[in-house]
Amino acid sequence: MKVLRYILRKEFRQIFRDKTILAMMFAMPTIQLIILPLAMNFDVKHVNLAVVDHDHSSYSQQLLTKIGASGYFRIVAATASFKEALTYIEKEKADLVLEIPPGFESNLVREGTQKLGVSVDAINGTKAAIGGSYLQAVILDFNKEIRINAGQTKPSGVIDLTYSNWFNPLAEYRFYVVPAVLVLLLTLIGGFMSALNIVREKEMGTIEQINVTPIRKWEFILGKLIPFWVVGIIVFTLGLLVAWGVYGIWPVGSFVTLYLLAAVYLVALLGFGLLVSTYTSNQLQAMFVAFFFVMIFMLMSGLFTAVESMPAWARVIANLTPVTHFIKVIRMIVLKGSGLMDVKWEFLYLVLFAMVLNGWAIVNYRKTT
Amino acid sequence: MEEKVIICKDLTKRFGEFYAVNKISFEVNKGEIFGFLGANGAGKTTAMRILCGLSHPSSGEATVAGFNVYKQQESIKKNIGYMSQKFSLYENLTVLENIEFFGGVYGVPAAEIKKRTTQLLEQLGLTAEAKKFVGALPLGWKQKLAFSVAIFHRPKIVFLDEPTGGVDPVTRRQFWDMIYAAAAAGITIFVTTHYMDEAEYCNRVTIMVDGKVEALDTPANLKTQFSADNMDQVFYQLARRAQRSGD
Repeated sequence: MKVLRYILRKEFRQIFRDKTILAMMFAMPTIQLIILPLAMNFDVKHVNLAVVDHDHSSYSQQLLTKIGASGYFRIVAATASFKEALTYIEKEKADLVLEIPPGFESNLVREGTQKLGVSVDAINGTKAAIGGSYLQAVILDFNKEIRINAGQTKPSGVIDLTYSNWFNPLAEYRFYVVPAVLVLLLTLIGGFMSALNIVREKEMGTIEQINVTPIRKWEFILGKLIPFWVVGIIVFTLGLLVAWGVYGIWPVGSFVTLYLLAAVYLVALLGFGLLVSTYTSNQLQAMFVAFFFVMIFMLMSGLFTAVESMPAWARVIANLTPVTHFIKVIRMIVLKGSGLMDVKWEFLYLVLFAMVLNGWAIVNYRKTT
Repeated sequence: MEEKVIICKDLTKRFGEFYAVNKISFEVNKGEIFGFLGANGAGKTTAMRILCGLSHPSSGEATVAGFNVYKQQESIKKNIGYMSQKFSLYENLTVLENIEFFGGVYGVPAAEIKKRTTQLLEQLGLTAEAKKFVGALPLGWKQKLAFSVAIFHRPKIVFLDEPTGGVDPVTRRQFWDMIYAAAAAGITIFVTTHYMDEAEYCNRVTIMVDGKVEALDTPANLKTQFSADNMDQVFYQLARRAQRSGD
């Protein structure tokens, strides 16, 4: 234990003497949390719409007003022909074209049915698909209103759906992204800093001087793990403060649960970093190997896409990365207020990852080659 | 009979088909300065790394300070000091912090560390530089400090791998004064070098050629044996036979 104290003193001195690392510790959570959630916004707004109204009736006017008032669309042009409207799509000035045929109102009143044409620019897939379905929803709604106004009774058997978004009432993307960025922060610190630190000792040759001392393997590994764990917890705390200050996101769940999970997660990721360092011999190699895995971790973790909608084989890989489980629980705790019992399986998973990765690193670290 | 602190018999290290160290045998007495000579790539560092418990031997036997190099590497490490070819104190720690760290990991009690540190800094004339980063010191001072740190915990044996490489003649002379002082205090010195004048300072020297020990005796006897005026000529006669190219 005494030896460990000397190792820790040395590691802390070295970390806190490095001004770049110190600056990064504060800059990383702040900058990433301010920039990323704003940039990673999948809410579709400002869909540009070109309108071709051949009818010029009060119904068509009502429909256009309704679309304009929905807040999602910006009517950028009203043209006389469909061909002309299409040039707006070609010039990327419009995402959608809505064509209202002549006789729109009269057909609706007389025959009770009318077709509308919607053309979508499918180059920006998300915007097109979501914009198209928004427009459909607005038109359906309009359809219902005119039936009522026209005194027609609602046909029986129509299911009317209403949605409510729980835990994130306005379905705002930032609530979804901010916890994920917190995970990103811990992953970067855990995955890279420990790996690079040990490999740097290999490059400098100081690891040989360590290996020739009677330091035990676990003392050395703990000596590297604890300081970065402390750094990780500081960064996480700063991240929570920024999330609260900038986005008003204050965890609904208990801080004890949140920190417990974060603490175990950091140990797991630091173990990953240590493992990388035992297999690599210089910082460039360590960087590439760590980057390769962290990239897979991040992309498959459900940070950007839902794990549930991945193909079965991909889900298996996703579940084999600690990041997936941590993103899930941190969203549950921060947004939903889940308690430790609700996340007990994920907690156990993370404990398992921590034990396997660190155990592997200790076994693979050799003082004698 | 003198106490043997290192006993080596047919010690071999093989990398595939390459015998880096090929059946070397020798014994080192307690308190002696044992020179380990050889051209670049002759296998000196590999042999030394095995004796320090940093590398597994392929075959043969060896004990260091009474401990087996196959199974008791960690016990060996408690009893030796090591100064590698590459400077390996922490450059971003101060002189004091380096001494404290290495003293601490060898289990020297805190009060003792303090006492020895004051003494050491006075001897080295580094008291004024105690709070400077080691990276900022001139090479000669770094090497003297590295040696002092290697013997700070009073090991039985200290292994020095080319300790005076790139150091000026005056500092080299001072360095050897430190080695003599350590030997007088009962620490066995195992040292590799390329400087033949330094070989003359050793009690006994071995000369390795292509992984084998080709000569082992006192400098005086070696000079007689090879009818040479100095160690330079002895070394030249032996090293010329080498088949391997240096690195």
